[in-house]
Amino acid sequence: MARALREFLPARAVLWQEEDTRPYECDGLTAYRNVPMVVALPETSDQVQRILQTCHALGAPVVPRGAGTGLSGGALPPGNGVLLSMAKFMRVLRLDARGRIAVVQPGVRNAAISDVAAPFGLYYAPDPSSQIACTIGGNVAENSGGVHCLKYGLTVHNVLRVRGYAMNGEALDFGSEALDAPGLDLLALVIGSEGLLAVATEITVKLLPKPVAARVVMASFDDVQKAGDAVAAVIAAGIIPAGLEMMDQPATHAVEQYVGAGYDLQAAAILLCESDGIVEEVEDEIARVITVLERGGATRIAVSRDEAERLKFWSGRKAAFPAMGRISPDYYCMDGTIPRKRLGEVLHFIGAMEQKYGLRCPNVFHAGDGNLHPLILFDANDADQLRRTEEFAAEVLEKCIGVGGTITGEHGVGVEKIDQMCLQFSAAELELFHAVKHAFDPRGLLNPGKAVPTLARCAEFGRRHVHGGQLRQPGLPRY
Amino acid sequence: MLAAFQQRIRDAAGRAAPLRLRGGGSKDFYGGALLGDVLDTRGYAGVVSYEPTELVVTARCGTPLEELEETLAANGQMLAFEPPRFGGAATLGGCVAAGLSGPRRAAAGAVRDFVLGARLLDGRARELNFGGRVMKNVAGYDVSRLLAGSLGTLGLILEVSLKVLPKPAAELTLQLELSAEQALEALNRWAGQPLPVSASAWRGGTLGLRLSGAPSALQAAAGKIGGAAIEAGQAARFWSGIREQADLFFSGDAPLWRLSLPSHSPGLALPGEQMIEWGGALRWLRTAADATAVRAAAERAGGHATLFRAADKAAGAFAPLSPALLRLHRELKAAFDPAGIFNRGRLHPDF
Repeated sequence: MARALREFLPARAVLWQEEDTRPYECDGLTAYRNVPMVVALPETSDQVQRILQTCHALGAPVVPRGAGTGLSGGALPPGNGVLLSMAKFMRVLRLDARGRIAVVQPGVRNAAISDVAAPFGLYYAPDPSSQIACTIGGNVAENSGGVHCLKYGLTVHNVLRVRGYAMNGEALDFGSEALDAPGLDLLALVIGSEGLLAVATEITVKLLPKPVAARVVMASFDDVQKAGDAVAAVIAAGIIPAGLEMMDQPATHAVEQYVGAGYDLQAAAILLCESDGIVEEVEDEIARVITVLERGGATRIAVSRDEAERLKFWSGRKAAFPAMGRISPDYYCMDGTIPRKRLGEVLHFIGAMEQKYGLRCPNVFHAGDGNLHPLILFDANDADQLRRTEEFAAEVLEKCIGVGGTITGEHGVGVEKIDQMCLQFSAAELELFHAVKHAFDPRGLLNPGKAVPTLARCAEFGRRHVHGGQLRQPGLPRY
Repeated sequence: MLAAFQQRIRDAAGRAAPLRLRGGGSKDFYGGALLGDVLDTRGYAGVVSYEPTELVVTARCGTPLEELEETLAANGQMLAFEPPRFGGAATLGGCVAAGLSGPRRAAAGAVRDFVLGARLLDGRARELNFGGRVMKNVAGYDVSRLLAGSLGTLGLILEVSLKVLPKPAAELTLQLELSAEQALEALNRWAGQPLPVSASAWRGGTLGLRLSGAPSALQAAAGKIGGAAIEAGQAARFWSGIREQADLFFSGDAPLWRLSLPSHSPGLALPGEQMIEWGGALRWLRTAADATAVRAAAERAGGHATLFRAADKAAGAFAPLSPALLRLHRELKAAFDPAGIFNRGRLHPDF
């Protein structure tokens, strides 16, 4: 394989010795590891095309990878194929300030786009918490969100065009610099497809004018459900905040030790509610938010007085994941989305699971859009704790489905939640996903084994996992 | 009702006979050929669930759009993409299938941006669910968004969940006398500033600009932009005329082209009257010019041209697809509708 790639790639672009390939053995989900046979680091689109053509001809699987910050194992390497690192695609190809777009290569970091747009008063809106490291190519693969997506949307709402290649090396061009393109909306299909349909080499994103003002309200509640109800009340008042985040007490305690954001440690939950826009608008909205939160029973309210304080209030939320790393050897981050009104019930359920499995689980919550990140704290060196963590997580994901939500709001299915896909989708629905995959990649070589389980796998999972005495998908052959 | 739909689909698939999925028929003029027996979706109607504080509404395909929007308005909410109704008959299913968005599109997003989930019957009459009723969901391919604008070619959309938004606290419409070039320059300049512009429409030397948001924000923005504010009733009639294509610009028999272009593309050197919407990203053109010339001009500008309304659509309603995309379209069509029965010819002459 390495020899075949060396025919058209320079030596520095093909890694095959274990000391070089080991760093690629996992992404942000470190529980799954696999040292790739070969890592390819192309520098041009032509090289990407030839890598794909070569692998297609040899029947070798290809797994694309951005910065490797993904949390679902979407970039877990194939043992018998090529890990295609897009790390060298780091150029901003064009920034059109007047047209408010940037054409960038997939290896450009999310935050770097806003950095180059800043002198024009523009920015790229989606801001996943890994934004200083994660790349736009990975964001496209996962349809990443962030803390501002209730108001500004996900990746799918902020990308105009994706150009790249199919697994067989055929050039593809989805979307355009206009707001739509003829035919089916394949751009929407490709975004969030977890690298299973095509490899992106060029991405055109929308840039928005940077709001001139932003302030954040921090409110304390003595009860988690009250905080959840207050979120509903904010929405009911016709307010769409720029950001609306919630953390429970164990989460605030963990981050407060780590960054000292000034969080109220007495509160059962705190809400962060941000308003942005022009100065007059922000002042109006902040006043309305305070009224609603006070009526909702907030026990303490603070409003950021300046930009430094606004960033301080956010620092705890943005540092929530690393803060868990300080109080526990390992943590496992879940990503369910639930209808917001079921929050109290789901948190209560998680509390019961903490008892059942003997593990702690702080919660951070993108409250505006119902995306819950419970963080199970465990020690991976203890095999039993790892097993309990996995069972705990599986029960929580099933609860999310049970209340009408989903197993993944923004982190993707990857390898991590592939079994739970069998619970969320019927055999016919999974079959259709496979047919979609087949349309793009008939030989199933691009990022195989991720995102969509085979029906055989679901049958096996169903046999192990009889829920409430009822077989899910009883029509499937089981073996 | 569902069983009857399934029977019709199985029957049509068995005979490989085209089936024409149709709601109120308000958009019969749009797209390619209308082939096959009509399957009327209007009987499958009604709001299934609506939680204003969750910002999500789920309704069946036959639900009249007008009724749905009234339900939302009673709770101070709206479909932010302002879909055209083209008369009172439009249904939710047709709205999503056609994928047409109205004046607020450039500011708020298109139909596809608000689709959260869908239930459909595929070409094997299987009932399938994609997406969901929550704001964020990345489990599985985003099939529900793919349905937006598919013109019914992938399946019978039974039910759709949409994100809804609160109506703005206030709106203000300004009128400015500008040439087309001046309007394009100004629209792109304003779009790069944090101004609450929610709609724009230029025609015949006048630009209408709608601002939406907090009253304080509107006053501040109006001060920066200039122009003359028009009275609320007049503004409502103006925007309704644009959205529903009842404006005088749309009357008469000249073919109507819809050009979707990068917003700062210069004015097109094509004969005929034009209207500019969406901050410059949408240009309507009334012209008898040759279709090839119109399409070539749109393509040169980085966009595409649709023959939106015309007595003669021999030139094809939609811009042709590249060979690679056409192959993907065929494969996807076969995946959803193996017998090729749904709205044959509506999106593409070949399927």
